[in-house]
Amino acid sequence: MPQTADKVLDHAPLFREPEYQEMLKNKQVKYECGHPEALVKEIDDWTRSWEYREKNLERTALKVNPAKACQPLGAVFVAAGFEGTLSFVHGSQGCVAYYRSHLSRHFKEPCSAVSSSMTEDAAVFGGLNNMIDGLSNAYSLYNPKMIAVSTTCMAEVIGDDLHAFIEQSRQKGSVPEDFDVPFAHTPAFVGSHVDGYDNMLKGILEHFWAGQERTPNDAINIVPGFDGYAVGNNRELKRLLGEMGIDATIVSDVSDVYDTPSDGQFRMFSGGTTIEQTKAALSAKATVSLQQYCTKKSLEYAAAQGQETASFNYPMGVSATDELLMALSEMTGKAIPDSLKLERGRLVDAMADSQAYLHGKTYAIFGDPDFVYGMARFVMETGGEPVHCLATNGTKAWAKKMQALLDASPFGSQGKVWAGKDLWHLRSLLATEPVDLMIGSSYGKYLERDTNTPLIRLSFPIFDRHHHHRFPTWGYQGGLNVLVKLLDTVFDLLDRESNKAGVNDISFDLTR
Amino acid sequence: MAKLRQIAFYGKGGIGKSTTSQNTLAALVELGQKILIVGCDPKADSTRLILNSKAQDTVLHLAAQEGSVEDLELEDVLKVGYKDIKCVESGGPEPGVGCAGRGVITAINFLEENGAYDDVDYVSYDVLGDVVCGGFAMPIRENKAQEIYIVMSGEMMALYAANNISKGILKYANTGGVRLGGLICNERQTDLELELSEAMAAKLGTKLIHFVPRDNIVQHAELRRQTVLQYAPDSKQADEYRALAQKIHNNSGNGVIPTPISMEELEEMLMDFGIIKTEEQQLAELKAKEEKLAMSA
Repeated sequence: MPQTADKVLDHAPLFREPEYQEMLKNKQVKYECGHPEALVKEIDDWTRSWEYREKNLERTALKVNPAKACQPLGAVFVAAGFEGTLSFVHGSQGCVAYYRSHLSRHFKEPCSAVSSSMTEDAAVFGGLNNMIDGLSNAYSLYNPKMIAVSTTCMAEVIGDDLHAFIEQSRQKGSVPEDFDVPFAHTPAFVGSHVDGYDNMLKGILEHFWAGQERTPNDAINIVPGFDGYAVGNNRELKRLLGEMGIDATIVSDVSDVYDTPSDGQFRMFSGGTTIEQTKAALSAKATVSLQQYCTKKSLEYAAAQGQETASFNYPMGVSATDELLMALSEMTGKAIPDSLKLERGRLVDAMADSQAYLHGKTYAIFGDPDFVYGMARFVMETGGEPVHCLATNGTKAWAKKMQALLDASPFGSQGKVWAGKDLWHLRSLLATEPVDLMIGSSYGKYLERDTNTPLIRLSFPIFDRHHHHRFPTWGYQGGLNVLVKLLDTVFDLLDRESNKAGVNDISFDLTR
Repeated sequence: MAKLRQIAFYGKGGIGKSTTSQNTLAALVELGQKILIVGCDPKADSTRLILNSKAQDTVLHLAAQEGSVEDLELEDVLKVGYKDIKCVESGGPEPGVGCAGRGVITAINFLEENGAYDDVDYVSYDVLGDVVCGGFAMPIRENKAQEIYIVMSGEMMALYAANNISKGILKYANTGGVRLGGLICNERQTDLELELSEAMAAKLGTKLIHFVPRDNIVQHAELRRQTVLQYAPDSKQADEYRALAQKIHNNSGNGVIPTPISMEELEEMLMDFGIIKTEEQQLAELKAKEEKLAMSA
C-alpha cells in the first residue's frame, strides 16, 4: 500500500497513487454502469445551451442548490448577538446540529445552541415535556442569562404553541419566574434565514419592550442583520460610530462570540448586546437597519413604538457608506469628521488607481438580497457591470428594487435580476451568457469549476477559505478590502493567462 | 375603535356548527358589528351561507397555485358577503393527505400579517370537529380567541366532543387568556336534551348560553345557500339567532376556565339521564325480552 507510517500522505495525493487509481477505475467499470463518455459529453454540452437554459428556467417542481438556508439558522445567529444568550431550538436534534456546524464552519469558532430533542412520541403528543425538561437542563447546565427559543419544522407542523409551553415550563420551575425566555416561531419551510433573523429579533424586542414605558432619548439602535462578515463589519461599524461620536446600541452583535481568543479559557458566551441595553433600546430615538430584508417586521415593530426607522442594503462602497453616514449625521446632529472624509478620499483614490483593470468587467453576483444589492452597487462604482444578480431568497419587491438600481446606471444596462432562482439556474446563465467574475459564497466553487468563472468569496457561507470574515467589507475601509479582493482575482487571472514562456507571455508584466 | 373581539366556534363534526355560527353572526351584524369569519376547515364550507356560494379561493389553494403564501394578496382571499361580513376560508388538503392543521396555522398567520384584522370588531373562527392537533388549537392560542363557544346537542358523541374541546381549552387557559364562553345546544330532539345540556354545562363549569330549537326553516334557507336571517328575517327562528347573538355580544369577559370531566363521570351522567344503561339494566332488559318471546311461542 502507498500509505506508510514513515511517510503519511494527505488524502489528495494518496488517492492519486496507482493502487487507488486502479481500484477506483475497476469500481467504475464494474459497478457504476455509466453511459459512454461521448454521450455524457453530448448531454453536458446540451446543458450549456440556450435550449436547456429555457427549460431550466421554467422548472417549478425542483430546487437544485438553493443559495439560502432556513429560518432557525438566522434565529440562532441573531440570538448569539445578545449577552449570555443560549439558543434553544424546539424540535429535532439534527436540525440544531446543522445550524451549529454551518456557523462553525464559516466562523471557525464553536457555536453553542441546544435542542429540545423531539422524537416520534413528541411528534404525536406535542413537545411540551421536551420544553419543560429542555429549558430546565439548559438553564442549569449552561447558566445563560437568557434563553432564546425558536422552532424547527417538526414543532411547527404539529403546531406547538411556544408562548403557552414556555409559561407552563416556568410554572413547573424549569427556569426562575423572572428569567428571560423570548421566543419566535421560525418554520423552516417558510422564507429563509433572513426571515428567521427578523422573527427572532422581533421576538426578543417584544419580550423586553411590550408593556414598558418609552421615554424617548437621543440614542440610536443599529441592527446589522445576518452577515457572514459580522466579526469585521460590526467592529468597523463601532469604529465609525466612535469617529462620529455617536452613542449607538448595536442590537445583536456577534463580533465577540464568533471571534473568541485562544487563551486557555472556553467562552460559551462572549460580548453581545446586554439585557439592559436591549431594554433601554425602547427609548431610542431611532432604529436603523443595515439590511432591509433581514429586519422588515422588527423595524415595523420599532416604528409602532414611536421610533424613527431607516434601512439600508449592506452598506458597501462609496455612495452606500456616504448615505449611511449622512443619515446618521442627520439623525444625531453629529458632523461627519475629517478623519472619515480622509478615508473616503483614500478609497476613491484607490478605485481611481485601479480603474483601468476593473472598468467594463462583467459579474455574476449571488447571495442574500441585501448583499446582492450592496455588492452590485459597489461593483458599478468600480466601473463593473453586474450581469446576473441572483437571490434565491429574494422576493418580488426585492427584484423590483434591484432592477431600479441597475436601470439607474449605464453600468447596469446588461443586468438581469433573478429572484427565487437557484445555483443550477445560475449555471445555465453562466454557460449561455458568460461573465468575467462571479461573487458569492463557497457554494460557487462548483460553478467556478464547471463554467470557468473565477469566484470571489464575499458572503455567507465561506467554508473553504479562512478568516476573511475578520476583516470588514462595510464602510470606506471595508470598501478597500473588497476592492483588493476584486483586483487580486483580476491580476491572478491576467498572470495565469500569460504565464507560458514564449507562448503567451507577451503581457506577463511586472508592473500592472 | 373598540378592542377587537375574537371568538371561536368548536364542536363535533356535523353538529351544525357552521350553520349555527353563520346564522348567529348574520344576526350579530344587526347590532352594528363589523365581522370577519375565518373558516378553519379544509372543506371550506364555513362561509357558504354568508357568501351565498361556496368560497372558491381559499388561502391554501391560492398559495399552492402561486407557489408560496408570501406571494398572496389579501384581496385574493378576502370575500365580502351578506351585510358586508368579510369571509376567508383557510382551505387545506384533500382528505387523507397532507396536514390540515398546519394549513390553519399558515392561514391565520397570513391574515394577521396582512392586516385582515384591522377595521373589524369581531373575528370569528369556525373550526372543524375536534381539537385533534396543535394546528386546530391555533385559534385558542394566546392573543387569539378570547371565548370559545362549543356547539353541541343531546347526543352522547356531541357531549363527548364538548368535553374534549374543553380539555383543549384548559391546556391553554391557565397560562393564556382563552376562556370557555359557553355551550350552544343545537336541538336534535333527543330525550331530555335541554336538561342534559344544562347538566353538561354545569359539569364543565360554564352555562348553556342558548338552546336553539330545531326548525326546518334552517334547512330551507340552507338549500338556498342562505342564513335564516337573510331567507326569512321575520321568522321565529331568526329571532332565536338574534337572541343568541345578543347573548354572545353581552358575554364579553364572562368566559370561564372549563373543568372537563373524566370519561367515567361522563358515562355516569348519561346513565343518570337514562341515555345509556348500566350492564345490569341491559341484561335485565334482554332477559325480559327473551321471556316475552318464550311466552308468545
